[in-house]
Amino acid sequence: MEQEMVLKNENSLSSSLKQMLLKLTPSIKKDGIIKSLKNTGITLLSILLFIGLWQMGSKALYNKEANYRVEKALQEQGEAAAVAERACIESGDSSCQPNTLPSPSQVWASLQSLIADHQVIRADKAAFAEKMAVTNEKMISQGKDPIVYTGRASFVDIVLTSIKTVFAGFLLAMFIAVPIGIVIGLSPSLRSAFNWFIQIFKPVSPVVWYLLVFMIVKTLYIGDSSDNAFVISFISVGLCAMWATLVNTAMGVASVDKDYINVAKVLKLGTFQKVFKVILPSSLPLIFTGLRITLSVAWMVLIAIELLAQSQGLGLFVWEEFQNGANDSNSKIIVAMFVIGIIGFLLDRLMLAVQNMVSFNKNEMA
Amino acid sequence: MAYLELNNIYKTYGEGDGSTEVLSNINLTMDEGEFVAIVGFTGSGKTTLVNLINGLLQPTSGEVLFKGVPVTDTSHERGVIFQNYSLLPWLTVGQNIYMAVKEAFPKENKKALMEIVKNYVGMVNLTPAINKRPKELSGGMRQRVAVARALAMNPEMIIMDEPLGALDALTRGNLQDEILNIWSQDKRTALLITNDVDEGIYMADRIIPLKPGPNATLGPEFKIDIERPRDKTAMNDNPEYKKTRNSIIEYLMDIGDERKTVSDVEYKLPELTPKSFVA
Repeated sequence: MEQEMVLKNENSLSSSLKQMLLKLTPSIKKDGIIKSLKNTGITLLSILLFIGLWQMGSKALYNKEANYRVEKALQEQGEAAAVAERACIESGDSSCQPNTLPSPSQVWASLQSLIADHQVIRADKAAFAEKMAVTNEKMISQGKDPIVYTGRASFVDIVLTSIKTVFAGFLLAMFIAVPIGIVIGLSPSLRSAFNWFIQIFKPVSPVVWYLLVFMIVKTLYIGDSSDNAFVISFISVGLCAMWATLVNTAMGVASVDKDYINVAKVLKLGTFQKVFKVILPSSLPLIFTGLRITLSVAWMVLIAIELLAQSQGLGLFVWEEFQNGANDSNSKIIVAMFVIGIIGFLLDRLMLAVQNMVSFNKNEMA
Repeated sequence: MAYLELNNIYKTYGEGDGSTEVLSNINLTMDEGEFVAIVGFTGSGKTTLVNLINGLLQPTSGEVLFKGVPVTDTSHERGVIFQNYSLLPWLTVGQNIYMAVKEAFPKENKKALMEIVKNYVGMVNLTPAINKRPKELSGGMRQRVAVARALAMNPEMIIMDEPLGALDALTRGNLQDEILNIWSQDKRTALLITNDVDEGIYMADRIIPLKPGPNATLGPEFKIDIERPRDKTAMNDNPEYKKTRNSIIEYLMDIGDERKTVSDVEYKLPELTPKSFVA
C-alpha cells in the first residue's frame, strides 16, 4: 500500500515535471513532432514514388514484350494466330505471359506465396517428425542416426541458412583477422613481412576464394559423403571478408596515441598488461569499424559464393529461380533481392549498435 | 651525492644532416626535498628534458643519475604528471588511478588498493566524480586526476611537465596550492616545468631558465628566498619577489631578443592595399 503511494507520488511528480517542461518548451516540442512527421512523410512519399516508377517501368516492359509476341505470331502464323496470342496474353493464362521485370503487385503476391509455401513445408515437417518420433527413438536407442526430414527447404529456411553462413564466416574472419591484426600492428617488422601478403590477397575476388577453398576442403573431406557446401561457403565468405578487419586492427594497434604508450611506460605495465589494458581498448573503435565493414562485405559476397557452392541459401535460391524460368521466378528473385537488402541493412545497424556500445569516444563516432 | 644529477646532457633527434640538437650541455643537480622549476619558452625542449629525467628517452650523450644510479628506464620512484593529462579515456577516474596503484603496489589486495584510490581521489576533491570518465570532466578536473594518479603511486620524486599549462587562471591557482600542499606534507622532491614565471616563483625553491632550442641549455639559476607557506597576494608586495621576478623576466626577454636577432631570414611581404568599401 505504502509502496503504491510512493509510486503514485513519483508518477504525479514526473507528470507535473513533464507538464512544466511542456509549458516551457511548447514550440520546440511542436517543431520536433512536425519535423519527424515531415521526415516520415518524405520517406513514405519516396517509397510511393519508387513503387510508381517501378510499376510504370514494368508495365512498359510488359507491353513491349507482349507486342513483340503478337507481332511475331502475325508474321509467322498469320492473323488468326496473332488474335489468339493477344487473347491468350490478355486472359492472363500462364502459358503465354511475357517474361520480364515483374510489377510490384506480382512481387507482393510471390512473397505471400513463399510464406504460404513455408507454412506448408513447416506443417509437413511437423507431421514427418510426429510420424517418425517412435521410429527415431528406437533408432537412437539402437545407436543409429535418426531419420531427418530431407524435403524441400522453405524460403525461411533458406534465409536462415544464409544468415547462419554469414555469421559463421564473420566469426571465422574475426578469429583470424583480429589476432593477426594485433600481432602485425605491434611489430613493424612483422608488418612489413605481412604487407605483400595483405596487398596481394585483399583484392582477390570472392569467386576465386571459393575455388581455392573448394580445392582444399574437397581434399580434406575426401571419402566423407557428408555435405560440405556449408563449410566451403562459410570459409570462403570469411576469407573474403576478413581483410577490412585485418587492416583496420593493424592500423588501430599501430597508431595508438603516444601519450597512452607513455602512460603505460611510466606505470611500468608489463607487455601483456600494456596490450590488453592500453593498446587494445584504445584501438577498439577502429577494430569495430573493420568488423562492421567485414560483416557487410560478408553478406555481399555470400550470394555469389552460395551460388557456386550449391549451399542451400539465398544465392542458390536466386540462381535456381533464374534457371527455373517459371512464371513467378522473376518476382521471386525480386523478393529475394529485397530480403537480401533488408537483412544487410539490419546487420549493419546491429554492428553499429555494438560498435557504439564498446567504443569510449561515442561523440566522435556519430 | 646529489639526489638527481644531469651531467653534460646532449639530445639529438634524427641522424646525419637532418639531425637537430635539441638539448646541449645540460647540467643540473637537485637535492632531496627540493622544489625546482625550469622555465622556458614553448618549443625550447622542455618536454624532451622531462622525458630524459623520467626515463622515457635516453640522452644522446651524457648521463642522468638518480640517487647515483644512471636512469635507463622509467621507474615508480619518479612519478610523472603529463602536460596533456594522458588519462585513458575508456577508464573512469577511479579505474585510471587504480591501474597505477596496482602496478605500484603489486602485493596489496584489492581492498587496500581501492582504499588508496579513494584517498587520493578525495585529496584532489574528486570523490563525487570517481565513476566518471575523463570526457565528462573539465580540464582542471582531468589534471587533478592526473595529479592524483601520479601521487597515488607514492613516488619519491614528482616530475611535472607544464601540468597547469592548459588551465584557466583561477583553476591554475587552486591547483598550484593543492600541489604545494601535497608536496609540503611529506616533502617529496619536485621538478616543475613551466612557461609561467609567476608560477615558478610561487611554487619553487629555485628557478632555472631553459634557453630556447635548438641547442637549448640551462641558464643561471635564481634562488627564491621567500618563506613558505607563500601567500599569493602578500607576495605581490614582497620586494624579494619583485626583484627575482624582474630579473628572471629580463633574462628571458634578453635571450628572446637574442633569438630574434640570430634569425637573419627576411620575409618578403606581399603588396596589399586595403580595399575601400566606402565609395
